[in-house]
Amino acid sequence: MDRPTKRLLQGNGACVEGAIYAGMRFYAGYPITPSTEIAELCARQLPRIGGRFIQMEDEIASMAAIVGASVSGLKTMTATSGPGYSLMQENIGYAYMTETPCVIVNVQRGGPSTGLPTKVSQSDTMQARWGTHGDYNAIAVAPSSVGDTVPETIRAFNLAERFRTPVTLLLDEVIGHMREMVTLPQPGEYEVFNRVKPTARPEDFVPFELTPNLVSPMPAYREGYRYNVTGLTHDPMGFATNRADEIAVKLDKLTNKIDNFKEEIFKSRAEMMDDAEVAFVSYGSVSRATLQAASLARQAGFKVGSIQLYTIWPFDYDTIRKLCSRCRCVIVAELNMGQIVHEVEKALPENVEIQPMLRYDGEIITPEQLLARLEEVI
Amino acid sequence: MAGKIIGKVGIPQDRFEIRLSGSGGQGMIFASVVLCEAIGRAGGKNVVQSQSYGPEARGGASKADIVVSTAEIYYPKAMKLDLLLAMTQEALDKYYPDLKDGGMLIVDSGLVTEVPTEKYYGVPFTRLAREEAGHIMVANVIALGAICALTDIVPLDILTDAVLARAPKGTEDRNKKALEIGYNEALKQKK
Repeated sequence: MDRPTKRLLQGNGACVEGAIYAGMRFYAGYPITPSTEIAELCARQLPRIGGRFIQMEDEIASMAAIVGASVSGLKTMTATSGPGYSLMQENIGYAYMTETPCVIVNVQRGGPSTGLPTKVSQSDTMQARWGTHGDYNAIAVAPSSVGDTVPETIRAFNLAERFRTPVTLLLDEVIGHMREMVTLPQPGEYEVFNRVKPTARPEDFVPFELTPNLVSPMPAYREGYRYNVTGLTHDPMGFATNRADEIAVKLDKLTNKIDNFKEEIFKSRAEMMDDAEVAFVSYGSVSRATLQAASLARQAGFKVGSIQLYTIWPFDYDTIRKLCSRCRCVIVAELNMGQIVHEVEKALPENVEIQPMLRYDGEIITPEQLLARLEEVI
Repeated sequence: MAGKIIGKVGIPQDRFEIRLSGSGGQGMIFASVVLCEAIGRAGGKNVVQSQSYGPEARGGASKADIVVSTAEIYYPKAMKLDLLLAMTQEALDKYYPDLKDGGMLIVDSGLVTEVPTEKYYGVPFTRLAREEAGHIMVANVIALGAICALTDIVPLDILTDAVLARAPKGTEDRNKKALEIGYNEALKQKK
């Protein structure tokens, strides 16, 4: 089919384009506003390219289905919003423990509970890090425009495949539903990473082998390699263990395979930061407002910059500290009652003033609000 | 609010902000998508569309914002409108304060009775749709024709292509006619 490469897309549509580009061929989900377009588009597009779409009975089952399909060798995705993300948490934990790559898209709306179906929020930022129980490390990626939702979705899949871990793509209602002209990437334009497969003979295969980068090669279930998949803490052979030495090794593996590559996973966009005395830190749709405010403040002669986080988790404290080294004040803007602001506090020395700029009434932070706050501190 | 900085530098000059507003079912979101696609097809400008609506399928306030700029569009929603289309009195009352001084106001003069300014364009979109275009549903497309005539945001031929690309099969002629009605009616009033 001949499609124009430049198209008017919603953020949700850009997510589907990015996922298919990255090789996603299995989607299981339970539709929920404001993520529903992702399910609709996957239902339409996947069968045309040999993929599968299945609408499950709920989000718990959706998550189980994408873990199962991933273990069978496919790149898999589900999409939801806050209430569904909460339901998925148990099986997201199963994906962490079984080291199963998959992408969970959370198009955030207001909560708790069913909250605000059509209103924007960023209040699941911490849930993306700590949502399921136990010790583990998490990766979460957050684009801020329809255009960068395509490459960021591809990146989310690459990170999932490379580190054998579930990755959360944090969209929000504003990005999910707004439309922008997007130039769809050509084959080869972006790197697509596929999970490393074992080269050992099946009889010598150690499914959770401690490799130098701590990521074990992963066969598909139909490829002749037999191994046990369990949510119980397991030894390198995949069988449940109660041995103290093996338990700690497994948890260190889950944590360090990501922590050791933190600088590489972290991605941010720093604008006007070279001589900035005041910086905005933000992510997702709010970064559009902070960039606008910083650019207006610059025109008015103030040394103001903007840092946008594309990677939320793992949070790279060192990079934030370096980027803000000249700042005397940092304004952290987010659509919740204060989540990432505490991470920024951990990153910066005590002599830097930290101002939370929070909004949690279902509306996006405006440049006017940011400038008003800025005027209080300059 | 942010008196000092906004007062000093103002809203960026290269932004043109449009709001299409009415009640649910009047096709404001559809019209905004078509207008965006046309601006995108015409090329040379960045465009962002966003919308808000209530949970109802009909009735309730509905609006769609479009921001057009030759530069990268940072903030995706309207800050101070250059153009407001109001298809109902409720929408006009709600959004008129967001129109900038000297901004363009277009209302459905058949449905809006009280306009808080004398500087506006009034076209009876809904009545024209029913009586001349053959169906009330194309009032939004008539309004697009009017916007096309009153601004230089997009050429009529490209807008026509964009409308026809989205129009359901069998409604092409009616939609084309609706665009022309709106375009010609607005041209008569153009100052």
